[in-house]
Amino acid sequence: MKPRLELRNICKRYPGVVANDGISLEVMPGEIHAVLGENGAGKSTLMKIIYGATHADEGEILCDGELIGTHGPSVSRSLGIEMVYQHFALFESVSVAENIALSVNSKYDIATLSNQVSRVSEKYGLPLDPRRLVHHLSVGERQRVEIVRCLMQDPKLLILDEPTSVLTPQAVEKLFVTLRHLASEGCSILYISHKLDEVQALCDMATVLRNGKVTGTAEPKNSTSAELARMMVGADIPETHLDPSTISAEPLLSVSKLSAPALDVFGTDLKEIDLDVHGGEVVGIAGVAGNGQAELVSLLSGERVLPSSHAVKLCGQPSAHLSAADRRRMGLAFVPEERLGRGAVPSHDLGDNAVLTGHRLNMVTRGLLDRRTARGFAGKVIDRFNVKANGPLTVAQSLSGGNLQKYIVGREIELKPQVLLVAQPTWGVDVGAAAFIRQTLIDLSRSGVAVLIISEELDELFEICDRLHVICAGRLSAALKRGEASVEEVGLLMTGLGENNNGSGDHAISN
Amino acid sequence: MRFQIEQRSQPSAAMRFAAPVVATALTLIAGSIMFAFLGHDPVATLVAFFISPLSTMNDISEWLLKASPLILIGCGLAIGFRANVWNIGAEGQLVIGAIAATGVGLFFPFQESVLLLPLMILAGMVAGMAWAAIPAFLRARLNTNEILVTLMLTYVATFVLSYLVHGPWRDPDGFNYPQTALLPEAAMFAPFDYAYRVNTSIFITVAAVIAMWVFTERSFLGYKMSVGGAAPLAARYAGFKESSSVWMGLLIGGATAGIAGMAEASGPLGQLSPQISPGYGFAAIIVAFIGRLHAFGIVLGGLLLSLLYIGGEAVQIDLDLPSSLTRIFQGMLLFFLLAADFLIFYRLRLLRSVH
Repeated sequence: MKPRLELRNICKRYPGVVANDGISLEVMPGEIHAVLGENGAGKSTLMKIIYGATHADEGEILCDGELIGTHGPSVSRSLGIEMVYQHFALFESVSVAENIALSVNSKYDIATLSNQVSRVSEKYGLPLDPRRLVHHLSVGERQRVEIVRCLMQDPKLLILDEPTSVLTPQAVEKLFVTLRHLASEGCSILYISHKLDEVQALCDMATVLRNGKVTGTAEPKNSTSAELARMMVGADIPETHLDPSTISAEPLLSVSKLSAPALDVFGTDLKEIDLDVHGGEVVGIAGVAGNGQAELVSLLSGERVLPSSHAVKLCGQPSAHLSAADRRRMGLAFVPEERLGRGAVPSHDLGDNAVLTGHRLNMVTRGLLDRRTARGFAGKVIDRFNVKANGPLTVAQSLSGGNLQKYIVGREIELKPQVLLVAQPTWGVDVGAAAFIRQTLIDLSRSGVAVLIISEELDELFEICDRLHVICAGRLSAALKRGEASVEEVGLLMTGLGENNNGSGDHAISN
Repeated sequence: MRFQIEQRSQPSAAMRFAAPVVATALTLIAGSIMFAFLGHDPVATLVAFFISPLSTMNDISEWLLKASPLILIGCGLAIGFRANVWNIGAEGQLVIGAIAATGVGLFFPFQESVLLLPLMILAGMVAGMAWAAIPAFLRARLNTNEILVTLMLTYVATFVLSYLVHGPWRDPDGFNYPQTALLPEAAMFAPFDYAYRVNTSIFITVAAVIAMWVFTERSFLGYKMSVGGAAPLAARYAGFKESSSVWMGLLIGGATAGIAGMAEASGPLGQLSPQISPGYGFAAIIVAFIGRLHAFGIVLGGLLLSLLYIGGEAVQIDLDLPSSLTRIFQGMLLFFLLAADFLIFYRLRLLRSVH
């Protein structure tokens, strides 16, 4: 049998980085094949090359034994290769059927197409109402639209790029059932992920990438997590440890009955949020992206202010009306989700980016910048957090995402805050550095700082949080204590089901 | 065959300095070809364009006289541009500054006072700022577009000027020309030499260049404004107020334009007339960008644009070249400069498909 897809020696260079370096792999018909690697290992680039969205500098791609000459997304689709991107490409203001119609090449009418959509979605267990408008759909439902759109074309090879990053644990299970069903019909699946447990649960074969190179192939079901992790990271992963801590009597950050309407149509209204973070503890907020995290963060950071002061208290002071600058003066530090353009100015060097939030630390004298102090501070952060950069004069946008993340997290920690607010602390950071950041956050809290972490990575939250909340549709659950929360419970809360069950007493959640 | 524009990972430091030289060389080559095709001796034309206009002391005086307001206003505007505050109406602020300063010069009771000139500078500056405060207020409070408001206020300013010089301020002894009476001696900047028109107002420009350099490169305020321009979300994240950038950007631009207008009235013109400015307020926008919004770059940009204007007039008079040809040549130089500038940071890459 000829492989459905064969890659021979694919190379792709970007300025300053080799994204893919001599990558070869084979996928047989009906095989679920994982491409495993950390963020920045070159997985997404490779998938774009296979789909034809970008072109390789060297190498060959064969589909069913035939060499693909001039490549492009339309060529892929004529060959039966379909791709679900990590970031969806849907038009929010029109219906599901209309979105799918955009990718249909032949003539159609919306009614027949809607029927087809319903039929396909039922067959594969992906319930979907073709008439609904996309902006009413949850993230999981949007992903279903993307998948159904691909399935309508009867694909021979389906590429999924980090499909579970936006899903609850229960939704992940459902997705896997669908994918196995598809594979049993002979469709090959390329499954891109950095999550070992998922790959072990789902995939027949795995190709592991590190720094753009293939570091090994394995049958994940017959390999241990440690073996796969070593291939992925190149070293054993250090474990974090939580020391017991003394918790301050009064919360340093206290939110009570915080309600706020969304600022744009596709935002989420916040409803009666209650939250306390004491000095000495790490509190986490879990949830699927787009459930009010961004709105909550901007109200806590002061990027958005409310007319009345009482909903947010910082170090005991009512401060919901205070600007971001005032709150920072009171001891708040904050790492935003977007690194480039929000956490750092892309065109400024790291020294100047230290001034952005560190200017109170003697970096300004009599209205003039003291760049020497700023660069010294930046140098310290670079050393301590092992940022790969040629010193403080490196321009922020030339750093990789993970390195910039390390720099911003390090900068905010070095500000010696009372309250530290972190969104997605280890997003895009390699495993070793992620472990270091997590440990640093724990240690910081143990020195008496209140640490609040908002993350989509459940594993991470379970690893480092003393208490955990779940946000869903703008509402925040009660706190779950460490050791008392299970993945299933949190998963239910993430879909909003937990709340009802909580009322009936089935899932007793103690605070 | 397809091309793609991509960012250079490391812009070459040497090319940053070489780019203007390369651009000038390309302009000279392309210009020579153009002149040759049209039957003009390229060497003679280029000499007439660039060398002859700078051959006498008087030429140099005229060169600096025209460059000075361009540089002064360019510095003020660049501070706003760095913060994404687009003041396109410096021309109007210049006119209002000239009106206010002339008003003080004509109607101040002590016409021989040494305070007259400083008061006029102050009046010009304050009037320019007041005119720019209108779009600043509207943008900061109501989020109106300052590009439109500053531009439209330029027309308003021009009509105010027209009304005054045709009406209440018209010189009764001026043979009905639309102009005011001449300003008194004490209201004029002293020329360095009575043979030439360039005067002490260029010291204001020199001071403005130095002040702008300190403000943009060294001050915390300038830093905050540059963050607001380069990454508005980062400015909000750090807690820098956007409205203060808007106010600072527009008021500084208005102040420099107002002073430049005053210096025209108190310098080469000596009175107020509808021809107060040959478009300095608009040309200064180009100067600011040729100078990459940097103080010393703006000095070079102002000197270059001034030379282009004078040289353009010279070849029309000396060689009988049509004015459109000189404009094309000026456009070529700007094109090559901006293209060279772009290519410092980006490059074109040929895309090949995989086989």
